[in-house]
Amino acid sequence: MKATVKFFAALREMIGARELSLEVADGQTVDGLFRELCARFPRLADYESALFYSVNAEYVSPDYALQDGDEVAFIPPVSGGHGAD
Amino acid sequence: MLIEITAGPLSPEPFLQHVRRDDSGAVALFLGVVRDNNLGRRVLYLEYDAYPEMAERKLREVAEEALARWPITDVAIAHRTGRLEIGETSLLVAVSSPHRHDAFAACHHIVNRIKEIVPIWKKEVWEGGEAWIEGDPVAGK
Repeated sequence: MKATVKFFAALREMIGARELSLEVADGQTVDGLFRELCARFPRLADYESALFYSVNAEYVSPDYALQDGDEVAFIPPVSGGHGAD
Repeated sequence: MLIEITAGPLSPEPFLQHVRRDDSGAVALFLGVVRDNNLGRRVLYLEYDAYPEMAERKLREVAEEALARWPITDVAIAHRTGRLEIGETSLLVAVSSPHRHDAFAACHHIVNRIKEIVPIWKKEVWEGGEAWIEGDPVAGK
């Protein structure tokens, strides 16, 4: 099955793409997919403890089992709004 | 409720008009504005990146949260994306309510929640460098 992975901010610059379309194994979790990508992009692992996962634009837990066509994003700590506090 | 994520300049007037009601004596307006310095550095400009579909959904959630918690009448939230120059408005929050206390409290809460759960990121560009600013990792909490 297929999943789309979106990257934003620092991750987008590190990966060099806004979006990747990937083949994923049936039953793969969102955390498992993250680990696969860490093998391909080792610097991604630096962000592991700070990231949240989303699927189809909603936060999910790491053990979420992916389904065909899911849109995954790895969300760095957010910093919208104004100033720096 | 009015929620907007836009690359264009933000002007308060349409948002104030949207939340204003004849039964509401207060409208609180918050503007987040790009300032020219941070941590002792001279900031040249900011660049905002967003996950627009999710950011819009989360902004709506933040507004609904405030509407459920305070006796307020309406909420409008807008956030810019892309490159913003010093002095430009990055975030706008407008809240109407019968009395000022609730409008201020809800507006304050909304601004804080936006910085926790809405997937929008800011890159600071200064002379000789740039960095993505990372808030506290509390998303989803």
